[in-house]
Amino acid sequence: MSDGNGRTLPVDRAVSEGRVPERSPEAIPELHEVDCPPELREQIETLMGRYPDKHSVSIPALWAVQRLYGWCTPEGIRQAAAVMQVTPAYLESVASFYDLLHTEPVGRHKVAICTNISCWMRGGDELLDAFREAGEGREDLFVTGFECLGACDIAPMASIDERYFGPLEPGEARTAIDQLLAGEDVLPGKALEQRPLAGDAGGANGGGNA
Amino acid sequence: MPETRLLLEHAEDPALRTIDGYKSYGGYATLEKAYREMEASEILEELEDSGLRGRGGAGFSMGKKASFLPRGDMAKYLCCNADESEPGAFKDRELMQRNPHQLIEGIAIAAIAADAGHAFIFIRGEYDSQADILDAAVAEAYEAGYLGEDILGSHRDLELIVHRGAGAYICGEETALLDALEGKRGNPRLKPPFPAVQGLYGGPTLINNVETLSNVPRIVAHGAEWFKGFGTEQSPGTKVVSVSGGVRRPGNYEVELGIPTRELIYDLAGGPLEGREIKAFYPGGSSAPVLTAEEGMDLPYSFEAMAEAGSMLGSGSIIVADDSVSIPHMALRTARFYHHESCGKCTPCREGTNWTVKMLERVVRGEATPMDLDIISSVQENIMGHCLCVLGDSMAMPVSAMVKKFRPEFEQVMDEASERLAVVQAPAEILGAAT
Repeated sequence: MSDGNGRTLPVDRAVSEGRVPERSPEAIPELHEVDCPPELREQIETLMGRYPDKHSVSIPALWAVQRLYGWCTPEGIRQAAAVMQVTPAYLESVASFYDLLHTEPVGRHKVAICTNISCWMRGGDELLDAFREAGEGREDLFVTGFECLGACDIAPMASIDERYFGPLEPGEARTAIDQLLAGEDVLPGKALEQRPLAGDAGGANGGGNA
Repeated sequence: MPETRLLLEHAEDPALRTIDGYKSYGGYATLEKAYREMEASEILEELEDSGLRGRGGAGFSMGKKASFLPRGDMAKYLCCNADESEPGAFKDRELMQRNPHQLIEGIAIAAIAADAGHAFIFIRGEYDSQADILDAAVAEAYEAGYLGEDILGSHRDLELIVHRGAGAYICGEETALLDALEGKRGNPRLKPPFPAVQGLYGGPTLINNVETLSNVPRIVAHGAEWFKGFGTEQSPGTKVVSVSGGVRRPGNYEVELGIPTRELIYDLAGGPLEGREIKAFYPGGSSAPVLTAEEGMDLPYSFEAMAEAGSMLGSGSIIVADDSVSIPHMALRTARFYHHESCGKCTPCREGTNWTVKMLERVVRGEATPMDLDIISSVQENIMGHCLCVLGDSMAMPVSAMVKKFRPEFEQVMDEASERLAVVQAPAEILGAAT
């Protein structure tokens, strides 16, 4: 099964394309059919042992697939489905629901800029533009706007490989991306973890955000 | 007025994250007392008497919610809702990041009251760093014997799993959270049955917010009367309030419920930016109907006062809009969020959020007529109360409040935009007429 661009799909889209399915969409792949990397299989099986119901593992299993391949590849979804003994269609339906799981290829390094209310008020749109421009043509990088990331105290902010940074100036976008792709510490001093509690920052300018 | 730090007590100390640090401030003493000396009914009673109201948005009595769980031998579950995704809210993030063991202790004590053998912390996928902190803290708690089998010789077991979501605001809705935790798309369920009766895996389930559960150790340690010494009669306790938007010192401030809103916004968060004036604010996250500065600034910050003013305390998150903010654009930004996050299950929400965005886009582009404002209001009325969950209502409430309270500004934006549109279009029309 292919999508016409040479990519294999986890499920046969025969019905929507008016064809007879090549095989039953309800078929659960067997492990020997999918060539699942042992570390992925082990991770998912360990997870399955922890939950009262194996289906609960679907999001953690998809996270494991995404960590391994950079996104939820069709092959990865089939591998997870074989370990969990569910249909690939079931896992794809889950993957396609959630914003952080990617069912299309994306760069391994992920930068999300919040453009929701508080960040928008403090220049989130301009920050997103700056990151998009700075990230243009860079390999292995995925820049996207995002809904509220829960860090309005450091608005406007970005989640860079799942770590929060802010408040950021558009001028810092290029530096952040260069550091990220070079494997260096990104914007030291702008990391959320290093900030004191707002009430302890002291002075009108203490939060660095006034 | 300074903060009243209970939940954020010692939060400035990075050692608080570790079990040794937490115990050095007396942590886990209440859990030991609860597991060794207390009956489930005593804990439940203390929680009910304390009047602790849910800190996730709805403000329902935590003790009452726990008391709805049936007794019996069936498997029961406790879920901590850490899917904090309401625009403007970031207080659970702070609590988990700075004091993860306080939450774990609260969960373990609440699990006795609910008779739950399995507990989950459902944390939004974006909070990866906080989830790592929780993972480490949970591992420490297992190691110390505060989680796992036969805790402190009590013959009680508790398994606690930190479960990362994957980016969907709807999963903060408690039944959608259960579906997500069961490994499905996060769609809300029809209620009743309520989760207390039939929740996770069909078993009775207690679902509470991070901040609610973080309050549990102190209430059980010091008693309901002590807790009621803080806050107001109907809103006892303290609240970690997230203040953001057009203020000088955005951040989390823990205050007694019922303090004047002005003190939160001006004294703690530093008031408006240089040269700006506050125009309006969302008192309880983006779902709360906005209050104008005149309406809201001198109200006590409590569940009852905000409800009386026609808004709500919600998750306790204040977003301040100053006079540089265009209210119609803010309404559009708000509506876009709910449109993006609507799961699509119920028609009024799926279509209502979609059309509200389209109409508000027409407003700011100058293609709308005054009648569109009435249609926007009517669409909001037809969303409210007509869906399985309140996601649609959460857009309808703030948007209709903005249209109602700031109608002249909407009309002004429409007029100015349509004038700009006319200037752009005019030459083409003249040209067209000439040929």
